[in-house]
Amino acid sequence: MPLESLLYPVSTDNLIEIRDVSFSYRDRPVLKGVNLMAPRGKVIAIMGGSGCGKTTILRLIGGQLRPSKGEVRVDGQVIHQLGVDDLYQARRKMGMLFQFGALFTDMSVFENVAFQMREHTNLSECMIHDLVLMKLHAVGLRGAQNLMPHELSGGMARRVALARAVALDPTLIMYDEPFTGLDPISLGVIGNLIRRTTDALGLTSILVTHDVHESLEIVDYVYFISNGVVEAEGTPDEIRSTKLPFVHQFIHGEEDGPVPFHYPAPDYAADLGLRSDS
Amino acid sequence: MQPKKNIISRIGHSVIDSIWMTGVATRFLVQVLWRSGTSWLRFQLIIKEIYASGVLSLVIIVVSGLFVGMVLGLQGYQTLQTYGSEQSLGVLVALSLVRELGPVVAGLLFASRAGSAITAEIGLMKTTEQLKAMEMMAVDPIARIVAPRFWGGVISMPLLAAIFSIVGVFGGYLVGVVLIGIDEGAFWSQMQAAVDVREDVINGVIKSVIFGFAITSIAVFEGFDAKPTAEGISRATTRTVVTSSLAILALDFILTAFMFRGI
Repeated sequence: MPLESLLYPVSTDNLIEIRDVSFSYRDRPVLKGVNLMAPRGKVIAIMGGSGCGKTTILRLIGGQLRPSKGEVRVDGQVIHQLGVDDLYQARRKMGMLFQFGALFTDMSVFENVAFQMREHTNLSECMIHDLVLMKLHAVGLRGAQNLMPHELSGGMARRVALARAVALDPTLIMYDEPFTGLDPISLGVIGNLIRRTTDALGLTSILVTHDVHESLEIVDYVYFISNGVVEAEGTPDEIRSTKLPFVHQFIHGEEDGPVPFHYPAPDYAADLGLRSDS
Repeated sequence: MQPKKNIISRIGHSVIDSIWMTGVATRFLVQVLWRSGTSWLRFQLIIKEIYASGVLSLVIIVVSGLFVGMVLGLQGYQTLQTYGSEQSLGVLVALSLVRELGPVVAGLLFASRAGSAITAEIGLMKTTEQLKAMEMMAVDPIARIVAPRFWGGVISMPLLAAIFSIVGVFGGYLVGVVLIGIDEGAFWSQMQAAVDVREDVINGVIKSVIFGFAITSIAVFEGFDAKPTAEGISRATTRTVVTSSLAILALDFILTAFMFRGI
């Protein structure tokens, strides 16, 4: 038995288990020993500043990237050790909602939701029709089935993408910045849909977001990532009451703090030529 | 010495980059061929792309073919008249089109119209994360998006080249017979006698198939390899047209040398 398995026994309660994962884009380290668990049936949020590696974690879970160190387990399988066929098989149990929906622009709303059913199942057209309408009804867009993606607002596109993500009843859904660029009404609608879908279908959801207040209302557990490590974690109440400077700055949107307002630069006066920097 | 070293170093880097890129493109093409099974099993995917690449290119192909044929008729008549052999105008028009102009000009037009569209479409799908979304849905984008477009282009190109040549011959007929008044019987019968199916027509078809293969390979690779930005797509589209055009001209010379000169 490998030593890692003895040190970190695989838990069947967790759908996702990320252990000591490091990842670099070329020479730029993004993640440095991240540990993260996602219990089944829960909504987990991953928060942090832009470029801190939140989306990278989703891509590691989806097997689109391989960690340089550590292990990513999805439903007990080490995802980056799977062959292509097994990886594609594992992905059939995952759904992903991209930042701007990533709907197929040459297909109608109906065809977008039906896409996976046509690709992966032998369901009859009649059955696909009924299932697609059920999924679209759940996100309130049954009436928009014949529209093309360019005819949808940002919020509607996100809802169609959600219907598409749950088309084959996955066990895991990953949301990449689902609230970006939405008006307050759409934001509330998407937030509620994420929670309701998770509870109704018994899914596990992983939410990557900047939107602190909307997320804390709907998630069960939060991980804060900064400088490539998990800076803080806890339930929404624990996060709200934390005294950690980084989390405090993030939650309250303060301009300056552990995350500085100014990008590192030489002395301002010296840069303006007002005094020598010697 | 430093600038000279820099120039040599830059030349070296660009050569290495080009070789590396050729390797990447070849590996990509092998993957496309390897994963083409889905496209052939679900032939409607290829039919859709034949419509996008072939049918939608018909207008430019037909109009260009007609005018090229008419110009050939006028120019050919002027030259042939000098030697008193204007009755051979049909032969000149037909051989020029079937052997060279049909495949080459149709190829250049196809690269501009359909090749650029394929690159832009795949590039935009990449930029808007549609390809990533497809991967996450356990659907292989090379099998589902790239391969049908590749085969759609490969099938469309020889058909468009044939249509170009046919319309071009008709253009030559319009100018030579209808406008100038060359004998219609001589126009068609000399053409029939001089154009050989194996030597001329089949060789022309082989050329157009190879051009189609080259153009669509370049187009799908550039789209898939495009940087996911507006500028990246614009550059990739330009590269498709330029590289395809140069490839057509170079391949045409090589193929002509082998086919018609017995090298």
